[in-house]
Amino acid sequence: MSSYFDPYDADRPLRLSCACGQDHAPHEHDASLSRDAAVHELTRRSESEDFTAYSRDFIEASLVKALFPQDAVRRRFLRAVGKGTAMAAIGSVLPTISLQAMAEEAAPLEKKELKIGFIPITCATPLIMAHPLGFYKKQGLDVSVVKTAGWALIRDKMINKEYDATHFLSPMPLSISMGLGSTAKPMHVATIQNTNGQAITLAMKHKDKRDPKDWKGFKFAVPFEYSMHNFLLRYYVAEHGLDPDKDIQIRVVPPPEMVANLRAGNIDGYLGPDPFNQRAVFEEVGFIHLLTKEIWEGHPCCAFGTSAEFIAQNPNTFAALYRAVLTSAAMARQAKNRELIAKVISPKEYLNQPEAVLTQVLTGRFADGLGNVRNVPDRADFNPIPWQSMAVWMLTQMKRWGYVKGDVNYKQLAEKVFLLTEAKKHMKALGETAPEGAYPGFKVMGKAFDPSKPDAYVNSFAIKRT
Amino acid sequence: MKPALPWWRTERVKAGLLSLLILAVILGVWHLATLPKAAVASSGPALTPEQIEYLQLMGKDPGAPADAGAGTSGFPTLAQMGHTVREHLSQPFYDKGPNDKGVGLQLMHSLGRVGAGYLLAALLAIPLGFAIGMSPLVYRALDPFIQVLKPISPLAWMPLALYTIKDAALSGIFVIFICSIWPMLINTAFGVAGVRRDWLNVARTLEVSPWRTAFEVILPAAAPTILTGMRISMGIAWLVIVAAEMLVGGTGIGYFVWNEWNNLSLPNVIFAILMIGLVGMVLDNLFARWQKAVTYVD
Repeated sequence: MSSYFDPYDADRPLRLSCACGQDHAPHEHDASLSRDAAVHELTRRSESEDFTAYSRDFIEASLVKALFPQDAVRRRFLRAVGKGTAMAAIGSVLPTISLQAMAEEAAPLEKKELKIGFIPITCATPLIMAHPLGFYKKQGLDVSVVKTAGWALIRDKMINKEYDATHFLSPMPLSISMGLGSTAKPMHVATIQNTNGQAITLAMKHKDKRDPKDWKGFKFAVPFEYSMHNFLLRYYVAEHGLDPDKDIQIRVVPPPEMVANLRAGNIDGYLGPDPFNQRAVFEEVGFIHLLTKEIWEGHPCCAFGTSAEFIAQNPNTFAALYRAVLTSAAMARQAKNRELIAKVISPKEYLNQPEAVLTQVLTGRFADGLGNVRNVPDRADFNPIPWQSMAVWMLTQMKRWGYVKGDVNYKQLAEKVFLLTEAKKHMKALGETAPEGAYPGFKVMGKAFDPSKPDAYVNSFAIKRT
Repeated sequence: MKPALPWWRTERVKAGLLSLLILAVILGVWHLATLPKAAVASSGPALTPEQIEYLQLMGKDPGAPADAGAGTSGFPTLAQMGHTVREHLSQPFYDKGPNDKGVGLQLMHSLGRVGAGYLLAALLAIPLGFAIGMSPLVYRALDPFIQVLKPISPLAWMPLALYTIKDAALSGIFVIFICSIWPMLINTAFGVAGVRRDWLNVARTLEVSPWRTAFEVILPAAAPTILTGMRISMGIAWLVIVAAEMLVGGTGIGYFVWNEWNNLSLPNVIFAILMIGLVGMVLDNLFARWQKAVTYVD
């Protein structure tokens, strides 16, 4: 029987009518598009007035919220100085908002040809999709996004200045700035690339060992030492009474090699980035034990960053780059775009993955490897705001597991690396009451984290290396 | 004199036939080993909508004929393999940006790197080998260094190279250089030291200048040994480039393998392996011919 018409299916209208004129139901429109059509459709959406307004509001609202985590302070500030002054004040000091303002008047770019590194994982979605969708070009930039074999190489190529900007694991700019595991070089997190979107995947043979207490002697892989993956895995097993340094083994495996290692039985599981969790399910070698959003809802994972030197030398180029990536992020946040984005980033030059896997990761409707279909729309999200409290949390974990010794000046480091509150200084200069910075608290596995008391937080854990 | 054998009984033809036979056996085993398993007894009771969706998410369309969903990343059948080979060979030189190029272009990138590193190594190793071979003192002095550096795996140099050279492409070339230099150096020194005394003595009695002795007596005499060293070095360089490119990424056949490994795509990996082997064979053949050209009979 032809698959176009199915007059005996009670659930399907006989006369299929999609607005595009093709023979498919309207809700199947996105799925039926080819890759080129997907690029075209997304570009069209990105140019719609609706989206432009949305992305501007989205970025500005997020930033104002970042600056004034307490709403009372925000209101007092706005009332005291008025909306116009407030916008001007923030705009003059915050790169992102000045970017919004600058969107209309293109400042001369210092450097147009840029190389940006990425690891082929869905965390890099905004950074990658900005390329085929022409967001970089629209900013006057000639960017090549270069696939890279591992995080250590990303670090080395950033230090060597082979890359102008890159996809980072969000703790990496902290560790590189501190000189942990490399020469010290000041790096900045410009935006967070993605939130949530990781998972703990276990080999099929462990499908009855769902309680972490049974994991003694397991070998786990994480993508890098200074990664949220490492910190979250350690946190998770420690909360279940296992010492991550003694009871399990954690090794560093580049994400793309995780599935192959899992299949070969080299490792029992991993806390890794998608699409490799879903890919393990797709290959029937593993199942998704836990999404990391269940450990910490809204946790950051990867970041988009560059060196302090690059920003100082190329402020306008950086601004243009920043705009492109933020536009991408705004687009990737909208659930309706996700299916098309999966098409756009699945080919060889980007993620090189089956589209079916990426769609499951991005839309959050996925097979878990145990026979269930789960529906978690916010399995992966792309909230770009680099809250400094996140940086403080990462530093507490570095301290907890002995990656940093001695005293850590949490706040100073967080504010230096996670770009946001250069603003504080400038606002003071303008005679305004400076907001306290971007330090919202949050909960990790039900335990509240107070960013103003990092040392007490580190000491509150039973299992630690301090 | 023996009567000439008919052409089909010459050793050459026999060897060729045997090769074909071996190939046929390998392909036969491959074919048998990858035969699709007998269709799983079609799942008797109707599937619930959720089960159907699950299967679809797992990449298995329950409605499709059994052989279509043969898994995307298992070991390929011969037909799939043939399809992959055809696809790559039909457009070997396409270029879709920095992360996706045709296999021909990738091979050129690899050959370029190997060529650069190898030439540098030859430029250094052959003169140095001469010096070492001609002077027992220098030979003794350098020997410990050579012995220590020779067995180091080329990939162990990579982090050091990346740190000091600060350029991934140059680091790749450096690794080729450092690993292909030793066989050439040692063989040159060995060949030069082994030139027959009589010939040198003749040169000396004829009062030939040292430069002329080097180029017209020692070089031709040592050439076969030097060429052997160069041939071994080329083999090593071609071995190393794949590993180095998997590490450094960007371009080259090594990157191609890595990229396809990410996608767990065995047909492409096997295709790359075949190409690596073929190119390696061609390179070795070139050197074998050159070697034949300089060989002499005492």
